[in-house]
Amino acid sequence: MKRGFPILAIVTAVLLSFGLYEALIAAPTERTMGDVQRIFYYHVPSAWTAFLLFLINFVASVTYLIRRNAKADILAMVTAEVGVVFCTVVLVTGPIWARPVWGIWWTWDLRLTLTLVLWLIYVSYLMLRRFSTSSQTPVLAAVLAIFGALDVPLVYFSIWFFRTQHPSPVIGDGGSLDPRMAHVLLINWAAFLCLAWLVCWTRYRLEVVQREVEEAQSLESLLEGEGSR
Amino acid sequence: MNYLIAAYVATWVIHGTYLVILARKYSKIQREMKSLRK
Repeated sequence: MKRGFPILAIVTAVLLSFGLYEALIAAPTERTMGDVQRIFYYHVPSAWTAFLLFLINFVASVTYLIRRNAKADILAMVTAEVGVVFCTVVLVTGPIWARPVWGIWWTWDLRLTLTLVLWLIYVSYLMLRRFSTSSQTPVLAAVLAIFGALDVPLVYFSIWFFRTQHPSPVIGDGGSLDPRMAHVLLINWAAFLCLAWLVCWTRYRLEVVQREVEEAQSLESLLEGEGSR
Repeated sequence: MNYLIAAYVATWVIHGTYLVILARKYSKIQREMKSLRK
């Protein structure tokens, strides 16, 4: 495990650098939008990574509710936190792309609104975990995470089932993405997945150590209380 | 081109800020561990 971390860090750094080069220099320029279309190589992989993290959060939350497993609880918290970071990237890069292409920063379009709602649900999840002192916090958070996860398929499929201003899917069924662009998109997604894995790993270890420290601190204060009697 | 640069910079500022928060959390835990060992 200890050896795996530096290897993953190196792979992530190499993939991110290569992905950046491919996105900014190697990828062909889109005819209608020009260079601003290159935002797509960060916006879309960030969204896919956030969805995957929220999916893991959902599975971990259900596992916690069934088995009351502390590891599942930590995994749920970590994936929600890192997922919010990636979702923030989506919500920031989207309007930066929309301004030159649509002429507006934001519109209350179904997909944009549902993505904002998704972000707000997971931010409230993290706030609940941070500020609630109840012993039932992990259970309440797990239930909230299940509601949050219901929004993920709604965000994903909103452009398939409803007329929205957001661009239609460009890969998969009905997609018309240039294969060179698809290649750059997948490299950047692989890079972001490695980054998410690396950050989740670090955050997971930190949370485990923090819980151990808190346990030791409460034990210490208990022993001090006994000693002063 | 400015919008492209802004989007890429914003992405790395967001990830960088989160990594700084993690680094601060790490040093706080280390300090707490040190005070426990005393």
